[in-house]
Amino acid sequence: MSTPMLEITGVSKAFGGVIANEDISINVPEGSITGLIGPNGSGKTTLFNSVVGYHPIDAGTIKFEGQEISKLRVPEIARLGMLRTFQQTRIYGEMDCVKNMLISMPHRDESLMNIFTNFPPEATEKAESLLEFVGLFSKRYLLAGELSFGQQKLLEFAMALMNEPKILLLDEPTAGINPTLINGIIDRLKRANEQLGITLFVIEHNMRVIMNLAEHIYCLAHGQLLADGPPEELQDNQLVIDAYLGAH
Amino acid sequence: MNNSMIKYGLIGIAGILAPIVFANFQVQLGFLWLMILFALTWDTQGGQMGYNSFGNILFFGLGMYVCAMVQVGLVYDVGVYTAAAGLDSGKLNGEQYLTGLALGMGAAAVVGVAVAALIGSGILGLRGHYFAIGTLGLGIAFGEIFAGWDYVGAGSGLAPPPFPDELDFLGGRNLFFYYIFFALAVIAFFTLKKIYASRFGLALNAIRDDEDKAEAMGLRTVRIKTISWCVSAFFLALAGGPLGMLVGFIDPRETAFAGVTFGIWMVLMAILGGKGTIWGPVIGAAIFHVTQEFFWSFLLGWQRVAMGVLIVVIVVFFPRGIMGWLRDTWPDRFGEKVDESVPQEGAAQ
Ligand SMILES: Nc1ncnc2c1ncn2[C@@H]1O[C@H](COP(=O)(O)OP(=O)(O)O)[C@@H](O)[C@H]1O
Ligand SMILES: [Mg+2]
Repeated sequence: MSTPMLEITGVSKAFGGVIANEDISINVPEGSITGLIGPNGSGKTTLFNSVVGYHPIDAGTIKFEGQEISKLRVPEIARLGMLRTFQQTRIYGEMDCVKNMLISMPHRDESLMNIFTNFPPEATEKAESLLEFVGLFSKRYLLAGELSFGQQKLLEFAMALMNEPKILLLDEPTAGINPTLINGIIDRLKRANEQLGITLFVIEHNMRVIMNLAEHIYCLAHGQLLADGPPEELQDNQLVIDAYLGAH
Repeated sequence: MNNSMIKYGLIGIAGILAPIVFANFQVQLGFLWLMILFALTWDTQGGQMGYNSFGNILFFGLGMYVCAMVQVGLVYDVGVYTAAAGLDSGKLNGEQYLTGLALGMGAAAVVGVAVAALIGSGILGLRGHYFAIGTLGLGIAFGEIFAGWDYVGAGSGLAPPPFPDELDFLGGRNLFFYYIFFALAVIAFFTLKKIYASRFGLALNAIRDDEDKAEAMGLRTVRIKTISWCVSAFFLALAGGPLGMLVGFIDPRETAFAGVTFGIWMVLMAILGGKGTIWGPVIGAAIFHVTQEFFWSFLLGWQRVAMGVLIVVIVVFFPRGIMGWLRDTWPDRFGEKVDESVPQEGAAQ
């Protein structure tokens, strides 16, 4: 539990005059569920973008399983086994759910030869079983773009699992989801972590969700790391209450 | 025998018999298959991958020149041949003609694919309108290069050697090339149909729907986009040579790099039939070509106006094409439906 799978050290990122991240250091241990909270605009999504190679960082280092990755590009990092989902939810809208799943198979060992081959039956089976896992089995032949927002979020999560990542960065997995379905999502995230062994690093706006989910939580405010600790501890931290709950 | 085998069988028989039954229309029928090939190969980028290319014609023109140059070059010096154009010096015997055609088409395919690979990884980095305009410029640039190159006749073009009389036992020039275009279109159709169902095909669709997402999921997007262009370039370059020989004269801007005709038509035909489907380009090309022949026969003088009206009608009334309209109207016929069946044993975790 103590080997850091993802080690962020002293990362800064500015957009023109806006300092979105300043000297952020975070450790995500292997096998853990680590949380990242903070008010809107505090730089959470920016940090995810930096980690997955979406834009260059101004300072700091990012190590994944000990390997420096801050100079790698998005698809390369994804193929190493670090995947992210999007706050706005992104799926392939004109393809049906099964196809969304199939093309999310790992691309690590893809070659010029096997790129023209058909999907093996096991791939389809796995796609269907993961769609069943997120409750979309009956909708598997519908175009993904026709699903509701919440269903698209579930599909995006299933696609990420299909890719067999080592670590999954989830950007607000319950945002915009019907509150009655939120417990189902928490349960599935926990099962992905326990049964599939995927390390989770989760941005979450909903306090109740993150307190339930994460074993260790980092809190950002104005681009800076404000505090970190286990949920019970953070809940009582006055700085966090002021910054986070006060701003709400 | 299932339905689709009957369908393919009927189309196959019609394709084989049509030029014999309608012997007066062999050239037009040959062009029909060429148009289908145009629309199909354009759709690989424009429809399946969501990259509107206005420059695919460059592979066709390139193939046409390479094929003619190889065919002539095996017997004559190309520069001398083009300089002496019209002096009736460029006769080939049957064996020379066929050997030259076969080697020429092979060379054209190699050059076409190589050029697509070379410039593809660069220009395919552009997105949206930038890509469209970039490809438009490429098509024009290639036309201008050949129009300025004396070795291949520059602006006055190049006349490939005439079809040798001794090959008339093959049914004559028109019938011979008809079957070449028929074969190319059929091979392209089944090749594309097969690869659209593969990893590669779904990767194209993923790039179309959300390229940033595809990258975030680890897809090698640059490689996939470049391969897609190479596939189209392969078939277009193969088709170029035979067309030059069927028409009997290669004008750099009107026949080979014919951006304003063929280059635009391939886009319109795919849109008319329905982008991103395998049958859409086929249907679109057939309707477009028949309508166009009809305009030329009955509206002489007005055919370009009628063509313009047709284009506007296509874009306004069928923005998603015929196949797209069918799919929007009867989605469940295309398999888009809720399936209430229970997952198989062992599927649930
Ligand atoms: N691409 C960008 N260009 C300019 N400013 C940006 C960009 N992305 C984020 N920002 C700014 O950085 C700050 C942090 O944004 P973000 O990381 O999205 O916050 P959070 O996800 O915590 O709500 C905001 O002030 C936002 O406006
Ligand atoms: Mg955010």
